[in-house]
Amino acid sequence: MSEILRSVGLDVGTTSTQMIFSELAVENKASGFAVPEMEIAERRILYRSPVHFTPLLDEDHVDAPALRDIVAAEYRAAGIDRSSVDTGAIIITGETSRKENARAVLDALSDFAGEFVVATAGPDLESVLAAKGAGAVDVSARTGKTVLHMDIGGGTSNLALMRDGKIERTGCLNVGGRLLKFDEEGRVSYVSPVLNGLCDLQVGDRADPETVMPLAETLTHALEMAAGLREPTPLLERLTTREAGAFPPCREENLTISFSGGVADCIENRHPWLKFGDLGPVLGQAIRDSRLCRGDYMLGRETIRATVIGAGCHSAQLSGSTVFYQNVPFPLKNVPVAHLADLSGETIRRALKTRGSGAVLAFAGQKAPDYRAVASMAEILSESTGGTVRICLEADMAKALGQALALRLGTRAEILCIDRVRVPEGSYLDVGAPVGPALPVVVKTLVLGGDAPAGNACTGGL
Amino acid sequence: MNKQELSAMVAEILNGMEHEPLAKGGDYRPTAPQPEKAPTSYGDGDFVPDVTALDLRKLYLVENGENEEKFRKMKEKTPARLGCGRAGARYKTLTMLRFRADHAAAQDAVFSQVPEDFAAQNGMVEVQTRCRSKDEYLTRPDLGRCFDEENQRKIRAAIPGTPRVQIVVGDGLSSAAITANAMDCLAAIRDGLKLRGIDPGTPIFVRYCRVGAGDAIGDVTGCELVCMLVGERPGLVTDKSMSAYLTYQPRTGVSESARTVVSNIHAQGTPAVEAGAHIAGLIETILKKKVSGVGLHLEAGA
Repeated sequence: MSEILRSVGLDVGTTSTQMIFSELAVENKASGFAVPEMEIAERRILYRSPVHFTPLLDEDHVDAPALRDIVAAEYRAAGIDRSSVDTGAIIITGETSRKENARAVLDALSDFAGEFVVATAGPDLESVLAAKGAGAVDVSARTGKTVLHMDIGGGTSNLALMRDGKIERTGCLNVGGRLLKFDEEGRVSYVSPVLNGLCDLQVGDRADPETVMPLAETLTHALEMAAGLREPTPLLERLTTREAGAFPPCREENLTISFSGGVADCIENRHPWLKFGDLGPVLGQAIRDSRLCRGDYMLGRETIRATVIGAGCHSAQLSGSTVFYQNVPFPLKNVPVAHLADLSGETIRRALKTRGSGAVLAFAGQKAPDYRAVASMAEILSESTGGTVRICLEADMAKALGQALALRLGTRAEILCIDRVRVPEGSYLDVGAPVGPALPVVVKTLVLGGDAPAGNACTGGL
Repeated sequence: MNKQELSAMVAEILNGMEHEPLAKGGDYRPTAPQPEKAPTSYGDGDFVPDVTALDLRKLYLVENGENEEKFRKMKEKTPARLGCGRAGARYKTLTMLRFRADHAAAQDAVFSQVPEDFAAQNGMVEVQTRCRSKDEYLTRPDLGRCFDEENQRKIRAAIPGTPRVQIVVGDGLSSAAITANAMDCLAAIRDGLKLRGIDPGTPIFVRYCRVGAGDAIGDVTGCELVCMLVGERPGLVTDKSMSAYLTYQPRTGVSESARTVVSNIHAQGTPAVEAGAHIAGLIETILKKKVSGVGLHLEAGA
């Protein structure tokens, strides 16, 4: 028996806006004689939109109505009713997330795109989704190789380092194909502010591949430094995006480098330099001739669509299959996570004060606890929280703890107790309505317009 | 050919035979002779290291493996005895000792008794099936499924009225499983039933218990559902695995397919408390649907 979650992915990037619809088949992997274990067994892509240019009113404003029109048209083209969408993610990525009205656009689209759709932005999640969507995580898991994935888009390059299929850290550099734009005659029409001091070209200047190549090489050097293939200089830090933490250069030998994003298409295919009116083709050529492509390198299973496929197919995970919930108004969106260093009344109260009374309390829990341990946890938690208790554990014990809490707080209290989900410090959770015995969960490291951005350590379950 | 020539020839043949490999299987590669290690000496009163204290998932004995790191990663996913290496064509001593230790633990779990005061200490009445000893229990499964008159009277006395749910704890084939898991699991089942407004009733402990003993208890008490926590036949991975058998309308002669099973309840499998919480939910479902076992699966469209 399998249940189907229908998922939508929407990626509003610096350059392109794309959408996919997919189905996630959820199946019980345990035998009929054991406690169920639900897993996402298959991810099927139902529909891929064409790649649209992201509609902009001017350099600082995304054209929200135009974007809504694109989304509406894609729903029609796919023949999918928005009420049938269960999960998914809308992510605003790269330079677009800095646009002044990005937040409003995101909110407008999130409500438009279905009941349980994550609206998020942020380099950590984007790096994770791109690496998953491109298949780099799979390659690393299957082969045991250490892979550095680079999703090189219009405004930024999202980096994710994975070992044995696990993402160890992420980073984001201001390296992208549309930091520089040209008109049809090859005159510079836009220079991104992040290039200040790196590029002599001014708007209106005539350019050709030779004059642009030094800039493309400089940007490529930053990628090489991140990969540990070139001695790091202040350039690397300079090109690290504000939102992402520093990405210490990789030290791994035998690093496999994997590429996705729009520029990845320009690495193996030679395009006329003005084909896209931007730096992409020249940057792609610079990367192909660089140290990045001298060792073991590969193009992702998906290139320009990697992030959107990650958003559509890989943003949701499942909780453990023995969990507890009562009176929870699903779906929960953007619930802040408060990590508990220890399980004392004081720590709990302080956490709820700093992260809000509705925050999800996250702690590891105990592997195979005895009943007394569960009861004493429930005692402390019920005394230190109000009428709402939300808990996220790593160890498999949520149902036992949840019912112990319900016995103490009564059947009217709102209680959510999930397990087998690891959430990094400072992240946010979305929790959807149950799929069989499990709950679909999305862990986000940053909510646009939310608190301070999280560091780049990404150990989340995503 | 003189005598000298003959003996030289014999010597040559014998010499040649020594160099002939003893086996020619494609897999056979003789191990280079290892220098004798000095035997570890233990003084009086010293303890020999406990081989069962080693975590098998972390015990990697392959010499000169192609990719140790990856092999270790794989080993973390399974309790199977992988990466044991070899000494010539055989196990290493450590592997052999550990195998025998685990086998002994499994046998002990079968042959040892749940402590005499276990039931009393946990507030349960103890009854015994028709088996009079462990040996009889092992050789006569039929006797492990029924009670004599005296024990039937004991059951009637211990359980007032006609309970809806009867929880039974039985030693089954592993005493270790019951002492390790039963009471934690039972406490979580009680929490879950209380939360659902279902009376958990009065649990009872059965010595020399087979799953079918629950049907006999159903005959005596007339209960609607029996939930039996019983020790599983131990294996080499764990000797502490417990199962829960849930039977709707348990009566002697009920088909085995009418039982819903939750197996692998132990610290490395489903934790006892979490299984208990799950079982409480199952009990509610079974009472609501009035069916257990395969029928319940069919009902759910599984």
